[in-house]
Amino acid sequence: MTAAGGLALIGRPVLAALAALGRIALYAGQTLLAALRPPFYWREFRMALLQVGWLSLPVVGLTALFTGGALALQIYAGGQRFSAEAVVPQIVAIGMVRELGPVLVGLMIAARVTSSIAAEIATMKVTEQIDALVTLSTNPMQYLTVPRVLAGLFCVPVLVAIGDIIGIMGGFLVGTGQLGFNRATYIQNTVDFLEAPDIVSSLVKGAVFGVIATLIGCYHGMQSGRGAQGVGAATKTGVAAAAVLILAANFILTSVMFGQ
Amino acid sequence: MIELANVQKAFGANRVLQGVNLTIPKGTSMVIIGGSGTGKSVLLKCILGLVRHDAGSITLDGQDVTTAPRDAFLARFGMLFQGGALFDSLTVWENVAFRLLRGAGRLPQEEARAIALEKLRRVGLQPRVADLLPAELSGGMQKRVGLARAIAAQPEIIFFDEPTTGLDPIMAGVINDLIREIVVEMGATAMTITHDMTSVRAIADNVAMLHDGLIRWTGPVGSLDSADDPYVQQFIHGRATGPIAAVR
Repeated sequence: MTAAGGLALIGRPVLAALAALGRIALYAGQTLLAALRPPFYWREFRMALLQVGWLSLPVVGLTALFTGGALALQIYAGGQRFSAEAVVPQIVAIGMVRELGPVLVGLMIAARVTSSIAAEIATMKVTEQIDALVTLSTNPMQYLTVPRVLAGLFCVPVLVAIGDIIGIMGGFLVGTGQLGFNRATYIQNTVDFLEAPDIVSSLVKGAVFGVIATLIGCYHGMQSGRGAQGVGAATKTGVAAAAVLILAANFILTSVMFGQ
Repeated sequence: MIELANVQKAFGANRVLQGVNLTIPKGTSMVIIGGSGTGKSVLLKCILGLVRHDAGSITLDGQDVTTAPRDAFLARFGMLFQGGALFDSLTVWENVAFRLLRGAGRLPQEEARAIALEKLRRVGLQPRVADLLPAELSGGMQKRVGLARAIAAQPEIIFFDEPTTGLDPIMAGVINDLIREIVVEMGATAMTITHDMTSVRAIADNVAMLHDGLIRWTGPVGSLDSADDPYVQQFIHGRATGPIAAVR
């Protein structure tokens, strides 16, 4: 293979990824414009709140609980090397609130919500339901995308807050039940150590990840190809894109909010 | 009146419509026939603006469909989709009343439901199906619900995309009769896409045959059998040999 051929092999996917990012940015802009124009479909919004928020609670809660517990064990084991076992409550709290809570909730939402939105909208496209919406004088962007993206914007920060609390609770259960920490001291250390910017950053990340997960699901659903293969491809690509974008957004947000 | 002049549409190298000229007078029922993949559905979607044509013009009562105010334009249309295209998450009556419950002229829920029940009765469905979900209905019932939705807002123009595909002959006959009755009763302009010749004879005032991206023949349904076009003759008699290649 020539050097030019090798460069082309790298360049083509990079260009394709940049083009896809551009299309997603345009789609986000169209969504924003559609959100600012009437009508607003309240029923669809309520359904989306249920799907994105309420029905995601079990998976978010369990993920946070086990992660918080595992984190406490790891910090304790690592801290022993420096005689720093006592910092378990503080590190669990800051780790969950600043990073693990938002990221894990974001990834769980990408797995559960992005996939379901992409598959649902792709199926609607394949079965001509999107065309039917248009012929019934209904803008698919306003009817399908706006309610779901707004539900992501409002629900996911709440899910992150709940995930943070349950994750800290997981660390608390392991710390007090297995590692010998005093209950009152554990809670006091956690509360004393956390600061308002930690909590705000967690909620901001949740809002951004919620928008990414729902927007990408809608975008890939709308871009779906024909047939079952098209629906499958839209779902798979949507979840992968949402997960990568959430992790990239997390790095950027962390750099902006906590970078030196 | 709907007028198409030299309408062209290509998807990549595939030139689906290569200069379609067609006039559908107001209050008449036009049926477009032609083999699978000849662009019948694309033609219909071009008129509705679901697909943007590349060249030529499409006018409705003299106004270009691409520049007409979108909501007002679409409010004049009803459409029955090939697979029904019912919204899975809504009940049958909510599907039928979809347009009535939204937009500038939205009706109170009770009034919209009453109209939906009346339209369901009109297509031969009992009130007990109103609260079912589309997935709980048979294919024929879904088609009838789609028909009820298409006529719910009393549109001036109704499009039917393969209205009898996938139905047994009896149900196909029921749908054909319903379409004819509704079009006559409402005085609507109708455009139907089908390759079911029984439907053609039951529904059409005029017939146009689309082949290779062009209208090959058009005329009253009564003169279809005596048409001297070999393409039309092969198609309406379902012959495997003739100018239309069987393998495409």
